[in-house]
Amino acid sequence: MNAVNNSVASGAETLLRALKAQGVEVIFGYPGGAVLPIYDALFQQNAIRHILVRHEQAAVHAAEGYARSTGKVGVVLVTSGPGATNAVTGLVDALMDSIPVVCLTGQVPTHLIGNDAFQEADTTGITRQATKHNYLVKRSDDLARIVHEAFHVARTGRPGPVLIDLPKDILINPAPYTEAPDGPHRSYRPRTEPDLSHVAAAVKLLKGARRPIIYTGGGLINAGPESAELIVAFAKLTGAPVTSTLMGLGAFPASNSAFLGMLGMHGTYEANLAMHGCDVMLNIGARFDDRVTGRLNAFAPHSKKIHIDIDPSNINKNVVVDIAIAADATEALRALIAAWKQDDARQDSAALAEWWRMIETWREKDSLRFTQSFETGAIIKPQHAIRRLWEKTQGRETYVTTEVGQHQMWAAQHFRFDKPNRWMTSGGLGTMGYGLPAAMGVQIAHPDALVIDIAGEASILMNIQEMGTLAQYRLPVKIFILNNEYMGMVRQWQELLHGGRYSESYSAALPDFVRLAESFHAVGLRAESIDDLDRVIDEMLATDRPVIADIHVDRAENCFPMIPSGAAHNEMILGPEHEASAAGITDEGLVLV
Amino acid sequence: MNAIVQEPMRAATISVLVENESGVLARVIGLFSGRGYNIDSLTVAPVEDDRRKSRITVVTSGTELVIQQIKAQLDRLVPVYRVSDLSAEGPHIARELALIKVICGGEKRLETLRLADAFRARVIDATTESFVFELTGATDKLDAFLELMRPLGLAEVSRTGVAAIARGTRTI
Repeated sequence: MNAVNNSVASGAETLLRALKAQGVEVIFGYPGGAVLPIYDALFQQNAIRHILVRHEQAAVHAAEGYARSTGKVGVVLVTSGPGATNAVTGLVDALMDSIPVVCLTGQVPTHLIGNDAFQEADTTGITRQATKHNYLVKRSDDLARIVHEAFHVARTGRPGPVLIDLPKDILINPAPYTEAPDGPHRSYRPRTEPDLSHVAAAVKLLKGARRPIIYTGGGLINAGPESAELIVAFAKLTGAPVTSTLMGLGAFPASNSAFLGMLGMHGTYEANLAMHGCDVMLNIGARFDDRVTGRLNAFAPHSKKIHIDIDPSNINKNVVVDIAIAADATEALRALIAAWKQDDARQDSAALAEWWRMIETWREKDSLRFTQSFETGAIIKPQHAIRRLWEKTQGRETYVTTEVGQHQMWAAQHFRFDKPNRWMTSGGLGTMGYGLPAAMGVQIAHPDALVIDIAGEASILMNIQEMGTLAQYRLPVKIFILNNEYMGMVRQWQELLHGGRYSESYSAALPDFVRLAESFHAVGLRAESIDDLDRVIDEMLATDRPVIADIHVDRAENCFPMIPSGAAHNEMILGPEHEASAAGITDEGLVLV
Repeated sequence: MNAIVQEPMRAATISVLVENESGVLARVIGLFSGRGYNIDSLTVAPVEDDRRKSRITVVTSGTELVIQQIKAQLDRLVPVYRVSDLSAEGPHIARELALIKVICGGEKRLETLRLADAFRARVIDATTESFVFELTGATDKLDAFLELMRPLGLAEVSRTGVAAIARGTRTI
């Protein structure tokens, strides 16, 4: 060590000091040449724990799972070039779902940047549209400030992923440590407090509503646990029914009688028809995604709309609203509750009662109904498998992640969440391979909780290498595979929209999941018929080790209800359990995704 | 009803005050290309003594809703200080500079100079076969001059794109 290094810490040491100051306890990462100085510094300290993943994409999903289940910022550390490019899918996933993540990437030394050096990639260029913001550290003096700033940007406003690209010389050379600045950021100042005149106008509209509905989204989860309490209080004040997007599940308790279930493409009959028929809609923390609205010109056509979103660019993006409130959901709900109590207008309780009577008739349709045979050797319905899993996990501290596809939608429909931060799924990007690494991150944050990845046999193979991570850190994640030997959602669309031409959607040459589990030092279980299901679930839940439960389910089962792309909420298709319903598929719908 | 009616398009001249850091222009351009917005003109240069802030002027077009989206999307970029839609927020002045090379001889030279004079274009380079004019003005004035130069031997043009500022005491 030379004299300079004795007096001033290296960039890598300063980086770790800044991470500690930001409250970082865990990093998900994978080493490589450009980040060796950071790994060397990690080796010489105990405050920050490093979890070695098997692929950089998984590091980001693990950080997302950690972030979503704790409300903290998830941290990723990967090397330059392929390390960074492998992380891109995870970054876009976090961007779409507004998950706070800080991703540290190694970079070739400053003097080699632009020379096509070994493992060089233009990481800030590649990730500019994949992150909320990114930085390339060019001067050692800026390092600590940038780290502090990155955490601030990731966790405030609409949260999202922030990347810091770290040239190797910056990590090796001395870098002075500076504390996080006190004052506001120079240019980035997201607004969180609602405009009270808009809140008063919203209350006036809601009080006069005859058929109100509250539509909640992931913004409520991001706003923190208080918002979940406030939404229950506000829904009670208004007497309005509540529906939720995929991202918002758990913010409003599924067991509350005002909850109509999820809305949108695979939402319940009552949620979608209530959205279609409402006269006043309050959207809190959702963004009128195409999976929710269906055909835009037929979306809730007779309604006045109030939209609360922390990101002003979400307002009037897809759907033009009557009252816009750009604010944090917690602060907006506090203001709404206060304004509701101050406003002395009376609600039309007769109209509200009539609205609920109508909703009850829709509920009676029981749109998630399915029929499970209990004869010996009967095939397992995937919905039943999830219902049983949900029933058997009651009373336990349970976190659920999913992959992407039919199993994800069945999980959203049949696994009922009463608390926020218990449900981690890739909503916006729809990333197959999300669930297993996300579950790892959840289990790291909650070592004693029950963490289940509800998976499909196709998705799980996209990040199956993370079984190694589960084994290394003894993470008792339960992987519950609904195995129908198809990319089920692709197969379903091919059946319904492409004349039953099952092009490349069969999961050929599947591994033996039981032996696969065993080879990764986990427990493998299999249920081939209804006779096995309860026993396998019980054994899985009783095992204090990672488990793969391979549940063979009905290969032809489709996920209903379904609003085809380009159809309206009142044009939903119900399942075979129900009398024939209008298909509502249009040519325009076929070209949508 | 939120029916998708064909709304009228309008042009917008948007001024964006940004932190003068590397990649900031790429962020703005990437936003426009990634979300399918038009860029008719774009200029950027540092505007403060310490060179910490730059001003970007974008001329774009779209429906009112699209232009509101563009503003909101720009405003949420971390290095953006302020976004102002000059065309919607009151009277403003927009100017562009062009360097125009015309190659011609004989009686066309006199006609070229006469028109240049009418447009107050300055001759900044001349040979026996060519002129280079410098012309400043609104985009349509530049377009009109270029149209006149075309039959006279217009050979090459370099334009700066639009710089714009609000009239009166209003600042970004």
